[in-house]
Amino acid sequence: MILGRVVGTIVATRKDPRLDGFKLLIVKPVAPDGKDESGYVIAVDTVSAGAKETVIVVSGSSARMADGCKDKPVDASIVGIVDTVSLNK
Amino acid sequence: MFLGRVVGTVVSTMKDPNLTGQRLLIVQPLTPDLKETGKRAVMLDAVGVGAAELIYWCRGRESSFPFLPAEVPTDNTIVGFVDELHVVEGK
Repeated sequence: MILGRVVGTIVATRKDPRLDGFKLLIVKPVAPDGKDESGYVIAVDTVSAGAKETVIVVSGSSARMADGCKDKPVDASIVGIVDTVSLNK
Repeated sequence: MFLGRVVGTVVSTMKDPNLTGQRLLIVQPLTPDLKETGKRAVMLDAVGVGAAELIYWCRGRESSFPFLPAEVPTDNTIVGFVDELHVVEGK
């Protein structure tokens, strides 16, 4: 799983019918110390995340194990909203 | 599976119901000679590790298998402690 920050939303009218009702968000990966990392991912939101929130993104086939994503064409899911991150030292 | 060291923790209240009760740890992947490699990742803990411990973790769909029959949405899970490590020099 990676940490990310919600930076935008996706609106898609024509899409696979199994994606109907899902909220799609654009997530920018961030390091545990809060610095931005390269790239981005479009993830299905299963926890009602909002703009600028730090979230936990699970990717690959495990994304389909998120709540309500069984047998859906999904390879990245937001499965948690981060309250705090603490690093050793 | 890969080597890593626990470097931090994540707290999340709003999360997938199947993640309830799971510990979320931040792990720095390591090479066999224990140099840092790659990006730090958030992982679940299947064995009860502590801060700064040397561990090994697995990746992908298989990382949810330690929690069966629950279908836990995780793609990285810590599956063991490292007690000792021996690397043979050369190829």
